[in-house]
Parts: sequence; C-alpha cells; structure tokens
Amino acid sequence: MRHRAAHRKLGRTSSHRLALLRNLATALFDKERIRTTLPKAKELRPWAEKLITLAKREDGRVHARRLVSRDVQDAAVAKKLFDTLAPRFASRPGGYTRILKLGARKGDGAEMAIIELIGSEFQPGKKEAAKKEAEKPAKEEAKAADKPAKADKPKAEKKAKADKPAKAEAKPKAEKKPATRKKKADAAE
Amino acid sequence: MPNPKRRHSKARTSTRRAHDHLTAPGLSNCPNCHEPKLPHRVCPHCGHYKGKQVVDSKEA
Repeated sequence: MRHRAAHRKLGRTSSHRLALLRNLATALFDKERIRTTLPKAKELRPWAEKLITLAKREDGRVHARRLVSRDVQDAAVAKKLFDTLAPRFASRPGGYTRILKLGARKGDGAEMAIIELIGSEFQPGKKEAAKKEAEKPAKEEAKAADKPAKADKPKAEKKAKADKPAKAEAKPKAEKKPATRKKKADAAE
Repeated sequence: MPNPKRRHSKARTSTRRAHDHLTAPGLSNCPNCHEPKLPHRVCPHCGHYKGKQVVDSKEA
C-alpha cells in the first residue's frame, strides 16, 4: 500500500534527496529554466514554489531570509530570489513555475522535462543573437588579417574590393539588430 | 520434482499467447510541423508546444 506516501524517494537517502532538491532549486532560481528528469521536476515544483512564497513574505524579512538561506546556500542566488524574483511574482498567488515534458532521454529512456519560472520562457533567437555578438568581433579580426595576404593576387584583390563596401554596409546593420532585440528581451524580463 | 502430467497442446499455447502483443504509442501530428509527436509533450522535431516555440528545435 502506498497510502499517504506523498513524495518520490528518487532513489536517494533523505539527506541526499534534500541536497538534490536544494541544488535543483538553486539552479532553477539562478538560470530560471532548467532541464531535468520529469520526476525530479515534479518533486522540485512544490518545493521551490514554497521558497518563492517565503521570499514574498513582507513581515519579518530577516526571518524569511534566514529560512530561505538554509536551502539556497548560494548567497547571490538567495539575494536574487528576494530582490528580483519575489517582486516579480508579488501579484501571483502561487503557480510560479511551468513544467514542459520533452519525451524520453536516449540512453536510459528517462522522461525529461524543462522546469521554468513563469516569465522566463524560451525566446527564439535570443541565444543566437548573443552568440553572434560574441563571434562577430573575432571574425572581423580574422578577416582583416586575411585580406592583406590575399591582396598579393590580382584576382583576389578585385574580389576583395568588390566585397569590402558591401560587407562594410551589411555588418553594422546586422550587429545593431541583435543588440536591440536583446535589449528588448532584457527589458521584457 | 513435480512434472506436467499431460502434454500442452499447440492450441493451449497459442490461446494463452493471444493477448501477448505490443501496443502502438498514441502518436498525434504536431500542429506546427505535422511530424508525429507524443501527446502532452513538446514536439521533438520543431520544439513547439501549445502553439508556441518553447525549446530550441535543435536541443529538443
């Protein structure tokens, strides 16, 4: 009989399980969107949401901070929970997270899921824009280094001349767009 | 050691096995990319769920 057995054991001793939940909750508050197995996500949801509710407490802030910092032992993440996440969920009566089922993992067939804070949903292009920005300065330097070397051959010189103005025009535009998008995305968050 | 008293007929064996079979997963088609996907799960092909892109299509 499994009467009144509310939680999963997740194949761990109670101390191991507590440590796992603490680590998962800290990662969730830090990254706002984490990928884990479905049973872990389902166990984490009520556990992490109770911490957010605790962080929303208005009276006795010091007491709430001490209660939370037992479980969220990363001081920076605990600070974020109180300073940014608690105000963000101030008007939401619970239900701060969402679980998305992803299907079975290759290897052991475990059902995977993404657990995310409401408002931290996937934004198409956000990651790519950040990557492009990181890559571009490096690429331009590499191209600038290549060009004088190519200029030795007459054909290459012509091509380089033809390409240069076009590329120069295209690049600043391409750079500006992801940057503005990212700013918007940051503002939306 | 206990032993069977009578021979098991082919009919008995096949009657017992009549319900031994695999069931096909209840796949439905993704409304976005029309690839087959499991219900209540993010589409593994395009990363869409409930009409929105929820994961990177490569990571899904």
